[in-house]
Amino acid sequence: MKLSGAEILCEALTRLGVREIFGYPGGAILPVYDALGKSKLHHVLVRHEQGATHMADGYARASGGIGVAMATSGPGATNMVTGIATAMMDSSPIVCITGQVSSKVLGSDAFQETDITGITMPITKHNVVVTHVEDIARTIREAFVIAKSRRPGPVLVDITKDAQQASAEFDWDACAPKLPPKRIRNNHDQAEFDRAVELLNTAKRPVVLAGHGIMISGAIRTFEQFIRAGNYPVAMTLLGIGCFPAKDPLNLGMMGMHGEAWVNHAIQEADLLIAIGMRFDDRVTGDLRTYAKNARKIHIEIDRAEINKNVKVDAALVGDAREVLENLTPHIQTRDHSAWIRHIHELKGDSAVRDIQSLPDTGHLYAAHVINDLWKETHGEAIVVTDVGQHQMWEAQYYHHNCPRTLITSGGLGTMGFALPAGIGAKFAKPDSEVWVVVGDGGFQMTMSELATIVQEKINLKIAIINNGYLGMVRQWQEFFYDKRYVATPLVAPDFVALANAFGIRAERITTRAEVSPSIRAAREATETVLLDFRVEQEDSVYPMVPAGASLHDMIRRPHSPLVETASDA
Amino acid sequence: MQTLVAYVENKPGVLNRVASLARRLAINIDSLTVGPTENEEIARMTIVAHTDERGAHRLEASLEKLVDVLVAENISSRAVLERDLALIKVAADQQNRPHLMELIKVFRARVVDVAPESLIIEVSGTVDKIDGLLEVLRPFGVLEMARTGRIAMTRGSDLLQPPSPDAENSTLEPANSSAT
Repeated sequence: MKLSGAEILCEALTRLGVREIFGYPGGAILPVYDALGKSKLHHVLVRHEQGATHMADGYARASGGIGVAMATSGPGATNMVTGIATAMMDSSPIVCITGQVSSKVLGSDAFQETDITGITMPITKHNVVVTHVEDIARTIREAFVIAKSRRPGPVLVDITKDAQQASAEFDWDACAPKLPPKRIRNNHDQAEFDRAVELLNTAKRPVVLAGHGIMISGAIRTFEQFIRAGNYPVAMTLLGIGCFPAKDPLNLGMMGMHGEAWVNHAIQEADLLIAIGMRFDDRVTGDLRTYAKNARKIHIEIDRAEINKNVKVDAALVGDAREVLENLTPHIQTRDHSAWIRHIHELKGDSAVRDIQSLPDTGHLYAAHVINDLWKETHGEAIVVTDVGQHQMWEAQYYHHNCPRTLITSGGLGTMGFALPAGIGAKFAKPDSEVWVVVGDGGFQMTMSELATIVQEKINLKIAIINNGYLGMVRQWQEFFYDKRYVATPLVAPDFVALANAFGIRAERITTRAEVSPSIRAAREATETVLLDFRVEQEDSVYPMVPAGASLHDMIRRPHSPLVETASDA
Repeated sequence: MQTLVAYVENKPGVLNRVASLARRLAINIDSLTVGPTENEEIARMTIVAHTDERGAHRLEASLEKLVDVLVAENISSRAVLERDLALIKVAADQQNRPHLMELIKVFRARVVDVAPESLIIEVSGTVDKIDGLLEVLRPFGVLEMARTGRIAMTRGSDLLQPPSPDAENSTLEPANSSAT
């Protein structure tokens, strides 16, 4: 069967199980769009190519599959850069397909030509230019393998217009992936394994550091068995949230810069850290010189380049988290850590049991109230997609996730503008799930044009803007570290309710605590997208906070003021 | 200084990826040589980098994450044979020429081009040996020099070969379905 390159691409994507493509057309990708129109693939027209990449990313993270984004050459392709870097930092498997000028004029500064493979080399797991129609199907299949294998990441395939237009015989079996033979260096070192087992069985104060890798490897059940076998307390990274139920008594909560005090103290006092699928990011460790000085460290990680990168470890088990844990769990003999767990609970004090809802309604609306009520109203079962900043940290602190892949957020790159498009992608991945976008007034204004995408696609998303009139996290740093000189952080926003209405989206403004739950309830009952504009306290801060570069135990604690005492921790 | 050997796909852009990776890791490359292997689809690189053991580990592991890099190995701590090749054009007149020839003999270098005012000397060996020759040539006037950069090979039975094509081939295709 002879097909054009564009048709081959669509056929290959269909056979790879793709249903939706998030994209934006243009000259160099037009042949593909023509073929898309004749295919069964559903194209979601975005309003900016950055949105397309975040949607693909949100799709991938919510589904566990691969998200696909598409753009034309030149500006279309360069607009994808931020989304690609976001996916790279958070190991999210997306495949970006860009059109490129014809191979005959490559390198001639043709109209809308840009070296997108050169530009994205350091921020993709792999990228490739296709100039021959015969290579399209195999390259796309390889891109899907690469994006998802081992530590996942973004792959960009740049296809010249002449390759899209030319015809070739299409034979699916003949274009199986032919990737270079690689040596897979999983750790089969028995000595290292034995050392890990010995550390596990001699530790008195172990803490497990659970990261995104547990989700990626599909190790949820294996991980739980491991935790139960050793009776280990679990601290989570931001992207690890959801890999272990928040309601489980062994789950301490999030660690790091805005982790709860008892979690960070437990890490500093531990005699063994078992890090699984996490990479000791600086936001997690604080000052490396004082980080977990009393602890030996076991690092279970699929990416060899992460071993000893930031923190020197005593036993490194390189491999897939599920495989390694399956091998490790049967060797656990010591499981009595009750004294240690009791001690951690003492560190918690009454801060964990205090209920935010019993706080007096002082007439002030705090972001923590909103997140807390959202959690209660949705029974902690919604998929929450957050942006970056204060609201992101409050969400991580007050929305208690019990299921994997229910918190979707830009961790490593910290990309503002991520939430709305990623939320759209997540909704396409999980059309039957309730998806909430929680976003600040700053980040929302970066990608709010995607509201039009929501309307055009008729999807049912819930949007909660945590609106404090500031670029809140930056303002907080200015408050703490720059003597309250609020330079460029006060933020004028449009009337979000009127704005949403202009797009044809239902919206409501909420200014008091009493209105929060009813507004969430009404939004949940609606069968269409609803936007809620929560006007919260302007100069609230996220506590506790480890200042950048400070020791992990050196936290700025919540002030004891009933006005700002918004949390379950005092 | 750390020495790494890598087998890479012999195709355009791979050198760029390798160099770009070193740049991204802020590792300064002292020398990088690429040449063909017995298998025309595979090239062999020797990378000498200004870094410590930890940096070399990161470079090695990060190199292996590149799709086009089949194997990367830090051989700094192993028994290694290292060679560098240099062409040195040195000023030579009738008077000092005999003295120059003596030195060349001592260093087991050879003269590959003779002109009235200069000689081209070819020398191969360890970096130290070539640096040593340079040192003694300098007073005569080194007019031009071209060096290849180091190539390296582990000694004896310590073999460093590319993986066989059928060893770990990733032909698995992931289904684009939900999985957790």
